[in-house]
Amino acid sequence: MTDKQGVTDLAKPRPGIPKQTRSSLRRRVRSNLSAYGFLLPTMVLVATFFIASGVILVVLSFTDLSSSNFTRPWNFIGFDNFSRLFSDPFFPKILRNTAFYVFTTLIFFNLGLALVLALVTTTIPRRIGFFFRLVWLLPRLTPSVIYILMWKRIGSGDPYGIFNQIAPGFLGASGGNLFLGGSPWTFVILTNGFVGASFGMIIFTSALLSIPEDLITAAKVDGAGTWRIIKDIKLPLIKWPLLFIATYQTLSLLTSFEYILLLTEGGPGLFTTEVWALTAYKRAFSSYFGNSQWAFGATWAIVLVAVALLLAVVYVKIFKFNELIEEPRIENL
Amino acid sequence: MTVSQAAPQSQAFKPKLMGGKKTGRRFAYAFLILSIVPILIGYTWLVIATLSTRTEGLLPRDAEGGIGGFTLRNWDFISDGAIWSAMFNSFLIAVAMVIGVGIASTSGGYALSRFKFPGRKAFLTGTLVLHAFKAEMLLIAIFFVLRWLGGIPLIGGYIGFNTVGGVALVMIALELPLGIWLMKGFFDALPWDMERAALIDGASRFRVWWQIMLPQVRPGIAALALFTFIAGWNAYLVPFTFTIGTKVTNMPVFLNQLISDTAPVNWNQVAAVGLFQMIPLIIFFLFTQELLLNIYAGGSKGT
Repeated sequence: MTDKQGVTDLAKPRPGIPKQTRSSLRRRVRSNLSAYGFLLPTMVLVATFFIASGVILVVLSFTDLSSSNFTRPWNFIGFDNFSRLFSDPFFPKILRNTAFYVFTTLIFFNLGLALVLALVTTTIPRRIGFFFRLVWLLPRLTPSVIYILMWKRIGSGDPYGIFNQIAPGFLGASGGNLFLGGSPWTFVILTNGFVGASFGMIIFTSALLSIPEDLITAAKVDGAGTWRIIKDIKLPLIKWPLLFIATYQTLSLLTSFEYILLLTEGGPGLFTTEVWALTAYKRAFSSYFGNSQWAFGATWAIVLVAVALLLAVVYVKIFKFNELIEEPRIENL
Repeated sequence: MTVSQAAPQSQAFKPKLMGGKKTGRRFAYAFLILSIVPILIGYTWLVIATLSTRTEGLLPRDAEGGIGGFTLRNWDFISDGAIWSAMFNSFLIAVAMVIGVGIASTSGGYALSRFKFPGRKAFLTGTLVLHAFKAEMLLIAIFFVLRWLGGIPLIGGYIGFNTVGGVALVMIALELPLGIWLMKGFFDALPWDMERAALIDGASRFRVWWQIMLPQVRPGIAALALFTFIAGWNAYLVPFTFTIGTKVTNMPVFLNQLISDTAPVNWNQVAAVGLFQMIPLIIFFLFTQELLLNIYAGGSKGT
């Protein structure tokens, strides 16, 4: 990993080969080697847990492995799992649910509210803005079970529900259970959004704080109002964080299901709030006949990963993330 | 709840648009206060619940249905040894993650920020795309990887299935893409004059990284460590899936066992254990606020 001799050695003339070529070639090779050296821990971990797992997942999806036959050698059944998946009667519904859940939560909370919170908390006095961001981070610190327990208590029916107690009759709260009754989606999106918003909030806040004050002052002197300043100065300057969060959070939401599992388990009724990732988990780990269909779950997972990868590539292309990856300068040494 | 979200969101800026700095501020505060109402209500209930036998809405109730019934019984678990062993395991996982993610992210981030090498672009895009493979999706496959790791001679016993080490390794790998992006951002933000001078003076790349670069990104390392610690401390899905038995149980798994036991669930006790689990984090949080909220200061420049 280390490059003990250092740079000065390279300057020594070598017999035979012209000094320039030899030293620049050696330097290139050595630089590449130390780059890979620095990346070694990462590469080992990625190879073990992402690449190997990915390959295993793909292989699994062609077997019928389950908790009832895992002691026997894997039995390959071709594309059976895939045709079963795509002919599932609830497949269209799950697809619609997933799209609705991901984009609603993303636009209103993980991007929208996050941006608004960042903009508002950076225009008020520092310590006060700080306090509000701190409160907004609390849901992220809370164990998921407890966090969902709180929301369940907020939305419960009489006499336990807090919303029903504080605002009876309001927004259709008539004493019944809200998250398993009238508005399951509202609760699913709120629970996820209240955690999701804080991530974008932090990133946008620090991006906004790093905008030089002079720019804003100059605009104010020129008579720009708050809205103009936001639209023409702040938003363009935090373009990259915005695009990064959009991509990152789309992928997060697409593959997340823990809060939905704890809140509604995909209910009430049949597949009302069931999203793709939850189906994958349920198929693999909790099946109705006490038999966990690992391979079938893996099939749901691998198709979802494929969709997520495709989306990621589309995002990278549309948002031109390549521009974000500038060439490192140190090599100009 | 929907009201507190949707309506003020659009109102927050309008008054400012029309001028009037004071009205704008007032609306900003109104919006912020409304936005945290659900959070405040939730935590108010949590604290009340841990101190009472049962609650109706936000009111604690005693046996006769009147207001009252305060008790400390929900906190009895503190004298139970199981919770302290779970806490120790949580701590082990969190610390192992901080060290592992720290080493891999700082070295990997440095290479991606400062070296030009074949595959750099692919690696950077790949790290972002890796996020598509979240833990949840890979659980089934990682089970087989861990069983394989457990078979490695000498170290297998510490990093295989059903070990704290194995759980930590999985968590480190899953946390890594974000860590690398963040650390690369921090390295990108540093001017390279000092580094260049050191290289010209004959220092090795490793020495430059260790002695010159790392001290300069200390805030970034600290903040990343903090976030990683939180992720490790609250880790549930991975430890739950890859551990059996009480010896390796961590706090969140312990918490969930209280719920899945066959006996009727005492939700107020569950709330108390949950709050207990949060206490170290909140203390941490209060001492390191600035750091925590500024983690992305370097990572957000977009270079």
